[in-house]
Parts: sequence; C-alpha cells; structure tokens
Amino acid sequence: MIRFENVGLRYGTEAEVLRDISFTLLPGSFHFLTGASGAGKSSLLKLMYLAHRPSRGLVTLFGRDMAMATRAELPELRRQIGVVFQDFALLDHLSALDNVALPLRMSGTPEADIVAHCTEILRWVGLGNHLHAKPSTLSGGQKQRVAIARSVINRPRLLLADEPTGNVDDGIGMRLLYLFEELHKLGTTVVIATHNEALIRRFDHPHLHLDSGRLQVRPARNGRHPDTRWE
Amino acid sequence: MALLPVRPRSDLPLAVDPSARFLGWITALMVFLAVLASAGAMLVSDMARRWDNGLAGGLTVQVAPLPGAPVTPLDERAEAALTVLRASPGIRSAVLLSGGEIAHLLEPWLGPEAADPLLPMPRLIDVVTDGPVDVAALRLRLASAAPGATLDDHAVWLADLRSFAGAVRLVALGVVVMIGAAAVATVVFAVRTGLAIHRPVVELLHLMGATDRYVSRQFERHVVAMSLRGGSIGLLLAGGALFGLHRASQGLRASMLPDLALASWQWAALLLVPLALALLALVTARWTVLRTLGSMP
Repeated sequence: MIRFENVGLRYGTEAEVLRDISFTLLPGSFHFLTGASGAGKSSLLKLMYLAHRPSRGLVTLFGRDMAMATRAELPELRRQIGVVFQDFALLDHLSALDNVALPLRMSGTPEADIVAHCTEILRWVGLGNHLHAKPSTLSGGQKQRVAIARSVINRPRLLLADEPTGNVDDGIGMRLLYLFEELHKLGTTVVIATHNEALIRRFDHPHLHLDSGRLQVRPARNGRHPDTRWE
Repeated sequence: MALLPVRPRSDLPLAVDPSARFLGWITALMVFLAVLASAGAMLVSDMARRWDNGLAGGLTVQVAPLPGAPVTPLDERAEAALTVLRASPGIRSAVLLSGGEIAHLLEPWLGPEAADPLLPMPRLIDVVTDGPVDVAALRLRLASAAPGATLDDHAVWLADLRSFAGAVRLVALGVVVMIGAAAVATVVFAVRTGLAIHRPVVELLHLMGATDRYVSRQFERHVVAMSLRGGSIGLLLAGGALFGLHRASQGLRASMLPDLALASWQWAALLLVPLALALLALVTARWTVLRTLGSMP
C-alpha cells in the first residue's frame, strides 16, 4: 500500500523535518501516527496524501514510485486517498451535502447517484437532519463528521486523518475513532495522526511514533509485531 | 451591485468575488459598443450598396450649350447623342430629361428661377445599361456626333463611395477586434485574481483528486454566466439605442438620412455578439486556468 525508504523532507533551506523515514504499510492495516506537536506528523501525512514530494528517499504508493509519477497522474492517485484534514477544510459556501459530494463530482458520478450516496453517508454519520446546513452553522463535532463523510464517500483505498479528535471532546473523539474502526473493517487502510495518547490507548493498533523527525515503530499490545503486518 | 442574483453551485465561491461584479458590467459595456459598431458597419454597407445600385448600371450624358451657339442646335445635338446611344451595344434605354425635370434637379441650388427658359440649361440624357459598355469608344462617338456632349459613368463617385464604405467597415472591424482584445484581457485578469484569492480551495480540490480541467470548468462556468448576463444587458441597451435612432431618423422632415432600419438577418447577427463574447471568455478562461495551474507543482 505505502512504502517509505530513507525519506527526508525539508521546507526550503530549513533543516529536515523528517529524517530517514522507512516503513511499509500493508493493505487493510490500521495505524496510529503519534508524536508530540511539531514532531512531523502532519508533514508525514502530507507526503502520504501527495501534498508534498520528499526531499530525498523513495515513496511508493499503490505500487507506484511517486518520483516517477507525472503531474497528470496525481489526480487519479489522490482519488484513492481519503483525507480528514486537521482543520476540516470544509468549503463554507457549500452545504454539508455538497461538501461531501466533492470527490464524487470530481470522478464524474451522475448527479442522481451523488445525492443518494451523500444523503446515505451523512445519515450514517448522524447528520441526516443537516444535509443542507452550511459548515458555519455546524458544531465542531458535526464538521468533523462531514469531513469524515467526505473522506470516505469515494470508498478510498487509504484513509488518512490528521488529528481528527483534536477539536472535539473525548466522548465525540471516541465515537469518531469507532467510526474509523468500522471503515477499517470494510477493508480500508487507515492511518490516524494524533497526540491524544489517552484516547488511543483504548484501541489495540500499532503506532508509528515520530520523535524529532525520526520514526519508531511500536507494535500493538496484543503482541502482534508491526513487522508481521508489514512486508 | 450584482447583475442578477442567480448563482449556480460552484466549488469555488467565484460569484461573490469583487471581480465578478466588474466582469459583468464591463461585458455589458463591451457588447453595447460591439453591437453599435457592427450595426453601424451594417447600416453604412447597406447605404453604400443602395447608392452603388443606384449609380452602377447607369450613365449620364450632358449636352452643354456652346458659347455663342443658338438653342436649336442644342436640341439637335441632344437628338444626335440619343441616336448614338440607342445604337450602342450594352445600352437598354436612353431618355432625354425634360426642361421641367432639369429645373427640378437644379431647384435646391437655383430656386424657382431654375425654370427660367432664358437660362442656358444643358440637356441631360439618363442612360440605363444592361451589359458592358465601351465607355471610351462611346465618348468618341458622342463627341463626333454631338459636339459639347460629355459622358459621366459615375466611376469617380462609385470609387469614392466604395472606399468610404470600406473604411467604415475597417474601422468597425478594428473596434470589434479591440473590444475582443479588451475582453480577453479582462477575463485573464479576473481569472488570475480568482485563482489567487481561492488558491487554498484550488489546492484542496487538487488534493481531493480534482484535475486541472475540473478546476478550469469552475472558472469557465463563472465567466460564461457573467458574460451572458452582462452581454444580454449590453445587447438590450444597444438594441434600444438602435431602435431610438431608427425612430429619430424616420421623424426627420427632410430625407437627408438614409433608412436606418436593420434587416431581420442583421438583428440575428447582432444577437450573436454576446454569444461570441461568451465563447471568447470561455476559451480565455480555460487557457488562463490551465496555463496557471500547469505551472503549479
């Protein structure tokens, strides 16, 4: 699914924010990406969802070497990735339904199917009564659920979430993580970046832990070593 | 002030941009000017064609009194000229204008005194042709048969008229081309501004898998909608102005101005002006967006 080999990332002429990152994620795996604020979690996710290209090293996504991917190939690759952004990144002038519909419209889905699918998924995340609400009228938790619905509407192969529990209380945060688990059970590969150690201790998944730009692998508590799930 | 409140759904909130307002109004102004320029060229072309049709296919022979000659020989020379003309190939008819008709022609300059029989009036022959006429040979024969007779084939008038009509058409074309260039510059500016304002949203759409064409379609829909709205207003204003001019020209007591009415096909052609401008805006918007996004990483 994803393979990083000795990847480094720097912004401009600054020092590297990610150094010698190497790991492989198998299809259908679930990982937490942990680390203190400023450790490089968002930067690593940006490399995964192709917002940045690495300064060095090899990134392979869906079996494709990203260094060889042309600009024209990126949209198709990106449509296979669902992203829940830290700040939700909802478009304020669009309704919840139209926000969720964006990936479907980009892939040319017929309009009748779009409305049906988006209505269904918004009901699934508990927002069936807010289909036409603008983001400015929604609470933080509701916005988060719209963002999650948008990230999975296109049945992505890879789901990346950047601090999805950062703007909600623990109760809603827990419900969101259960939601990700449900998606994982459907076969989606999930990576969730968070610094909320207390919340994720309730789940038994391996961690990718970043510390000052370097990655450590922490296995799941039940004894499964990450390597057993990795190539 | 927005032109119309209708705002189709768009991933980019372009309709609320400041550029959206000025784009519509500038398009209205451009269409107004382009329609007036095109209509002006059409009217002048029609006028020139009518004059051309009136003058072409005709000749005028003037038999002037010779100094010191009696009146009778003038009529004899006119008859001789008529005989020569009627025997010449390519001439359908040759009619001698009566003294009253000549006086009527001269009345605007000489007044009622133009009918004074003591005035040494020339004789005029109106000739209608139905084929090619050897004007040079005819001149020689007329000069031989009717001394003092001159032949006017209106070549100078026609040349001037055609030159004038061509110049007007050229000016109108230049105006339309300049308006088109201004429209392109306006759309380029509006689209670049929109891309700069909404760059974070464009980047977000890219991250969700939007192609450059998907983004460009957002801008294309916007500029075409604004162009059509502004263009419709410009067309209505220009149509009203043309109708007003037509009514004003009809109200003139003296028929100094030609008829300023446009034919149905000409109105139909003018209806295409806002559509053409919208098409130009669409192509320009697509080109600008694709070119700008193509330079992004």
